[in-house]
Amino acid sequence: MKAALAIPEDAAPADVVARLQAHVDTAQARLRPQPFGLLPALAQLLGEPGLKPGAAYSLDTEGALLQALLAGPSREGHWCGVVGMPAFAVEAAALAGVHLDRLVLVPEPGEQWLAVTAALAEVVPVLAVRPSGRVRDSDAARLGSRLRDRGGVLLVVGPWPRAEARLALGERQWHGLGVGSGHLVSREVQVQVASRRYPAGRRGWLRLPDPDGLVVASEPLRPGLQVVG
Amino acid sequence: MATAEAAAERCLALWFPAWSVTAWALATGGDAEDPVAVVAANRVTACSAAAVAEGVQVGQRRREAQSRCPQLVVLGVDEAIDTREFDPIVAAVERLSPGVQVVRPGLCVVRARGLARYLGDEALAAETLLEAVITETGVDSGRAGVADGVFAAVQAAREADGVRVVPAGSAADFLAPLPITRLGDPVIADLLPRLGVHTIGGFAELTPEQVRDRFGATGVRLHLLASGADPRSVQAREPSPELAMRIDFEPPLTLVDQVAFASRATVAAFIDGLAGAGLACTEVRVEFTGDDDEFFARTWLTPGVFDSVAITDRIRWQLQAAAGVQLHSPITSVRLEPVAVDAAVHHVPGLFGLGPDERVHHAMSRVQAMLGHEGVLTGQVGGGRWLAERQVLVPWGDRPVVSQPADRPWPGQVPAPLPATVFPEPLPVRLLAAGGGGVEVSERGQLNTEPHLISVAGRPQRVVAWAGPWPVSERAWDARRQRQANRFQVADETGVAWLLWQDARGWWAEARYD
Repeated sequence: MKAALAIPEDAAPADVVARLQAHVDTAQARLRPQPFGLLPALAQLLGEPGLKPGAAYSLDTEGALLQALLAGPSREGHWCGVVGMPAFAVEAAALAGVHLDRLVLVPEPGEQWLAVTAALAEVVPVLAVRPSGRVRDSDAARLGSRLRDRGGVLLVVGPWPRAEARLALGERQWHGLGVGSGHLVSREVQVQVASRRYPAGRRGWLRLPDPDGLVVASEPLRPGLQVVG
Repeated sequence: MATAEAAAERCLALWFPAWSVTAWALATGGDAEDPVAVVAANRVTACSAAAVAEGVQVGQRRREAQSRCPQLVVLGVDEAIDTREFDPIVAAVERLSPGVQVVRPGLCVVRARGLARYLGDEALAAETLLEAVITETGVDSGRAGVADGVFAAVQAAREADGVRVVPAGSAADFLAPLPITRLGDPVIADLLPRLGVHTIGGFAELTPEQVRDRFGATGVRLHLLASGADPRSVQAREPSPELAMRIDFEPPLTLVDQVAFASRATVAAFIDGLAGAGLACTEVRVEFTGDDDEFFARTWLTPGVFDSVAITDRIRWQLQAAAGVQLHSPITSVRLEPVAVDAAVHHVPGLFGLGPDERVHHAMSRVQAMLGHEGVLTGQVGGGRWLAERQVLVPWGDRPVVSQPADRPWPGQVPAPLPATVFPEPLPVRLLAAGGGGVEVSERGQLNTEPHLISVAGRPQRVVAWAGPWPVSERAWDARRQRQANRFQVADETGVAWLLWQDARGWWAEARYD
């Protein structure tokens, strides 16, 4: 530390202040927890480089969007937990980029979902939860403070008080499936995001999943044009 | 003894013929005097004396053995029972002569020197060991052989009627008349008789160079055995310290929580005992005995190390799994046995706190204590045609067993992208035609009409796109496990797509694309 703060005796006062300020900034940057990675298409949509540690994100549905959100942190080597979703498809998650050897599932926590989530939040940085009952504000606040303490992030399927962002699927269309022919290949879906950063909300189009089970940004749907076969 | 050649070590082999049969009799209370045969891969591997008297032989086909002896009791191989029942015998031998090497269940070898010197005679030493086995375990089928080297001693035991001592230096003479099959190598046992060599002695007469040219290193080793020069010495088994623990309840306990609570002190002592030996337990076997001689046991694994809380949890889970809250009969005793141990050094927490995965494990264990062992799962992708059977979910801490590998072709599996929601139990679905009638698939895979409405959980939606039927046929040769169905993909007007199947019982949703 001494070496970093070594300032020549004859430096001008303004120079000293500038150097000290720079030093404080780097120290703070080191202390501030790093955001969890997001796949590029989702980062573009949220307008953020990643999921904020200590924050809760609310989704209107489980499924491919949730798996795509888990894939980013999982690729960075973080553990992920999925609580209260007995129909979570492990194989699709693996295709989407979630590492199964760092994934734990608690499919049926029942009434104890809050206690289970709190216990997991101690060690699992990325938790996806479907509450099995109504969420009280006090519960959400208690869990929120634990998340901030541990630097974890919560992805809630359903409403959540004081969520960092709310994601909802809008208009959507499947490609590849005709009438009696073809098979599902990919889906264009509009995602609506209302966040603290964009309170008015913004929309973006994703190809989720794309033919490989991944997620990429896409163009808005043009009505009347449909890919078949 | 002080000859110029390094004389092979004097070994004492104890052989229990048809051990699998004896172990079966000990474990199940069956009668080894009955004609009994143990069969592996359709061949008899061991049979009782009564079966031999009826003409049953080791190596026979099962059908042939049964035709020779219609009342034959046929058993499958159970290595666990063989090993478990052999343990008391090894312990009895170990008490008199430490350093037992168990070749396989039913056959063990010790160094003859110590006991023979003490008693003054090798034959007496062998008799003493057999005697000890009879008094301690009641097994009287044992035979003993003493000779130079492990191989010769084992052969001496097989030739013995009671005890057979082959004097030092005469192992080669003793082995010479024995059939070549005794070497236990199928290639040599098959080839040499066709070349006119029928005995071990004949094989020993070949020059080492000839043997090396034809049979390589394995042949050279066997040639050494045949010449009575066994390079192997007895490799002593590590005697296991008495680490297993048992607690008896008087009076017997009826409630799960009572048992768990009453076991706590014993569990703590069990962990302390392991720690005292410098060991950490990674696999533990928990056995319960009930009042009506009810007995149930299970082996538990953990990715980390068992501590006393974890074992108490396992005791509770095992009881709950066995009987719910109320047991069939009161529990009279609990026994804990470390199945796999590891040096405790490998499990000491790091100097600067626990490693990250260790912390994860602690938290998972806490959640398991809340929800039960099956509450926390880890997933793997296995093989299969149905999405639900492709995901292999095992409780945290258990070893994943993927019985069907994922990398086989599995014709009939769903094309990518895969649905993100797979229902653990299929949902009943109704698929309706425009007129309101049901959609049916003919035996030739033709639809009677186009689907118009899909109704899942009572909410009908208009079908905008669909494809199918894709027939899936599984195990058509097995009447009980066969499964025939037609798969469909259906997208409704809300943009939700479904993976459906249709079988004789109706329409089902296997998964949802959402």
